[in-house]
Amino acid sequence: MSGDMQRPILSVQGLTTVLARSGATILEDISFSLTPGEVLGVVGESGSGKSMLALSIMGLLPNVVRRSRGIVSLDGDELTAQSPDHWREKRGRDLAMIFQEPMTALNPVMRVGNQIAEVLRRRRGLSGYEASKEALNLLRLVEIPSPEKRISAYPYELSGGMRQRVMIAIALAADPKVLIADEPTTALDVTVQAQILDLLRKLRRDRGLSLLFITHDLGVIAEIADRVMVLYAGRVAEIAPVRSIFDDPQHPYTQALLASIPDMKGPRGRLVTIEGSVPAIGGMLEACRFSPRCPFRRDICEWERPHLGVVSGQQAAACFRPFGYEQPLEAVI
Amino acid sequence: MTREIAIEARGLTKVFGGRGSVFGRQTGGARAVDGVDLIVRSGETLGLVGESGCGKSTTGRLLLRLIEPTAGSVAFNGRDLTELTKAELRRSRGKMQIIFQDPYGSLNPRMTVGDAISEAYVIHRIGDRASRAKSVLEMLDLVGLPRSAASLYPHEFSGGQRQRVGIARALALRPSFVVCDEAVSALDVSVQAQIINLLQDLQRELNLTYLFISHNLSVVRHISDRVAVMYLGRIVEVAEADHLFADPAHPYTQALLSAIPPSHPDEPRHRHELVGDLPSAHDIPVGCRFAPRCPFVQDRCRATDPQLSPLPDGRFVACHRAADGSLPTYRLNS
Amino acid sequence: MSIAIAKPELAPRSPTMIVIVRLFQSRSFLIGAALVLAIALVAVFADVLSPYDPLRNSFRTRLRPPDSTFWFGTDHFGRDILSRVIHGARISLVIGLMTALLTGIAGTMIGAVAGFFPTLDNPIMRLMDALMAFPAIVLAIAVAAVLGASVVNVIIALSIATTPHTARIVRASVLVVREREFIEAARALGASDLRVLCRHVMPNAFGPLIVRLTYVFATAILAEAALSFIGVGPPPPAPSFGSIIAQGRDFITEAPWITIFPGLAIIVSVLGLNLLGDGLRDVLDPRMRT
Repeated sequence: MSGDMQRPILSVQGLTTVLARSGATILEDISFSLTPGEVLGVVGESGSGKSMLALSIMGLLPNVVRRSRGIVSLDGDELTAQSPDHWREKRGRDLAMIFQEPMTALNPVMRVGNQIAEVLRRRRGLSGYEASKEALNLLRLVEIPSPEKRISAYPYELSGGMRQRVMIAIALAADPKVLIADEPTTALDVTVQAQILDLLRKLRRDRGLSLLFITHDLGVIAEIADRVMVLYAGRVAEIAPVRSIFDDPQHPYTQALLASIPDMKGPRGRLVTIEGSVPAIGGMLEACRFSPRCPFRRDICEWERPHLGVVSGQQAAACFRPFGYEQPLEAVI
Repeated sequence: MTREIAIEARGLTKVFGGRGSVFGRQTGGARAVDGVDLIVRSGETLGLVGESGCGKSTTGRLLLRLIEPTAGSVAFNGRDLTELTKAELRRSRGKMQIIFQDPYGSLNPRMTVGDAISEAYVIHRIGDRASRAKSVLEMLDLVGLPRSAASLYPHEFSGGQRQRVGIARALALRPSFVVCDEAVSALDVSVQAQIINLLQDLQRELNLTYLFISHNLSVVRHISDRVAVMYLGRIVEVAEADHLFADPAHPYTQALLSAIPPSHPDEPRHRHELVGDLPSAHDIPVGCRFAPRCPFVQDRCRATDPQLSPLPDGRFVACHRAADGSLPTYRLNS
Repeated sequence: MSIAIAKPELAPRSPTMIVIVRLFQSRSFLIGAALVLAIALVAVFADVLSPYDPLRNSFRTRLRPPDSTFWFGTDHFGRDILSRVIHGARISLVIGLMTALLTGIAGTMIGAVAGFFPTLDNPIMRLMDALMAFPAIVLAIAVAAVLGASVVNVIIALSIATTPHTARIVRASVLVVREREFIEAARALGASDLRVLCRHVMPNAFGPLIVRLTYVFATAILAEAALSFIGVGPPPPAPSFGSIIAQGRDFITEAPWITIFPGLAIIVSVLGLNLLGDGLRDVLDPRMRT
């Protein structure tokens, strides 16, 4: 769907992050790329490391976590090889992020228009007048009703959906190449979520925005993603185009995840469950981390770590099963 | 299939705040729940859905009289709860329970799981030490936790396991009616399915009646026999679950269902965009409270408040146009 | 369906044990605890430790500077300052400890009632505000003036002065705990107000109070010194840190050791208590949300 031969706008290779004190891994060997205008959905449950992935790419890891290995490059510019200042510069300009709870990311005592204008002045060097004019345009772009009025509102005067729109406007102010969205609709009601997803889709279409969309909700993935990366316990379980994920999931975890969601249609049978719960950080296996919960587990799964192998075309899974319980050749995706 | 009525609410209303302010001005207060009539039948699961701030959690707590209603009555097995004294109410607590959303906040961090479950017996002076300990173990078996859990503290469990503890505590006194307030919303998808199955198993085994409050519509569809849709403190539609999801009658229900993310990328979407924001509970519109956002609004909707009334097919809808059949039809994924 | 519970061996189990383990990992708590413990031991074993009788006058040894016989020197009555400081630790610590205890009890009861019963909140807290409007030391002087100067009255005065703030802290944490879901769960089970308050609210609301009490303890030692200095402290001849300093005031140029050594003793005790409090705060106050 998105041109496979295109040069990636964002590329992550072998990214590994560990807890600074204990050395326990949080993310292990994550590799993927994002082509211009593509939406890559990242799905995972708690402890999958999906939020840590966003922070690693932004160069915003908390003090207790450190990147031990791996390369993050943005449009050919290897961020991990350069100074933190360079990364920060990129973060303001080419890389932007929106969060689950916009209220905590917005300055509560500053009018939203000024918050957008501030980014415009600093990052795009606009004058005060130009900046406030452009801020109004951005509010229009994110479809805030009566933007002339809302531009001088404080964050608390806006509804949750409206605040998320303001966050998106701020993220877009510097005209970024890549937008990372970390559960941007989780705190919102379904009707508002639908509006925000429509908006993000429109921005992708009109502006060619590349989107890394992190969520736990497969329905949201179905709605917005071109490709999907499924994370489990800090590793990539499966990465594939969205239709392959829904029609022909290869990793047992992806299969179970899809099966455990109650269906909106058809008969209401008993839900398929995954026994046990997500392993805790520090208590993770070197071998297949899903193996303790996996119904297709064989001996090799408890011995060896399955590497991500190409199943077909653009679909790769870190599981022995699709390869007849043989170690797959490592994929380069 | 008409079952006995377990819970019946009439004109249930809760206004928060709204006494004269310091400056002597009469403020309206927030009408979180505004004249709710609701029947839950014995042994069924009634789903209660709606968006944040619509008053669904408040309704659940009013049904248990965990908060005092401003007006209206609740009958539990024919007895009016609102007329009980505090002591009588405390004694009847064993028969009606609640399971909470947050598996982290709903357990006292300084009590072992065993103490948390047996507290129910201590409060109601049931049994002696030995029989309480035995009952605790039975409850742990019932919710699928190992017996060794009794001596552990909440922080030693995962979210799903804590939710099992919360369920064990709620069921310790063998209630007949349980309010599940977003009971699976905070859990990971894979764990959520375990807890939903557990709740359904327990319902069958113990003949429980559930009020299942959730914003997650696919979960509600899965678990409910009937579903009530709430908007701005009022119930706007009640119907059999399959019926409601296949053929929603109220324009708000239609918009709500159309906003549910698809279960497959190729699924067709007919989105009913809602205009504007949810009005504040301090300032409820005159007439139909959905009128300002309704795509099918007529003048009469802005003038008179539609009551929840039965349609020929047995559903209940609070909409003038649905009642006289003049509402444009809509079908989900048909 | 059974579920295995992953549990590392030797891990701290109860929330209280977790707090204790964390405290022993806190450097400031350990240093503070060591200092406070050392001073407490000195106070307890004062009779054994002090080389001379702290009350015995001797004109032959008046105003001796520190030397090998009198390590801390002597005062204008020829009393050994070391012995007086050692015995002074007793009175000062008793005043600090008793004040902390009384404040803790009164503050807990007042704060818990105010925080838990909304109807009583306003009347109680406005009364506390009124009390708080008086500077603590002025209040203490007033009480001492009315009741007379004695150790007991100093304790009463300081307790009254420190209770409002303590009650406020307890009330604040009760208000936070009261809103948590397990409180509603207990009510839903039919628990009485008293049971909810004692079994569920208070055990989870004590953290900030304990931290506060270490500061009350330190403040009381300082306040005792201030009261003694203006002559409304514990009456002579029994020594307290404050009264030794007060008596040395007239000789500060010729015999500075009379004031320096009890002053150091105050510094060490207050420092120890504050370090202890910091350590406790780090562990207890960013509330244990396990």
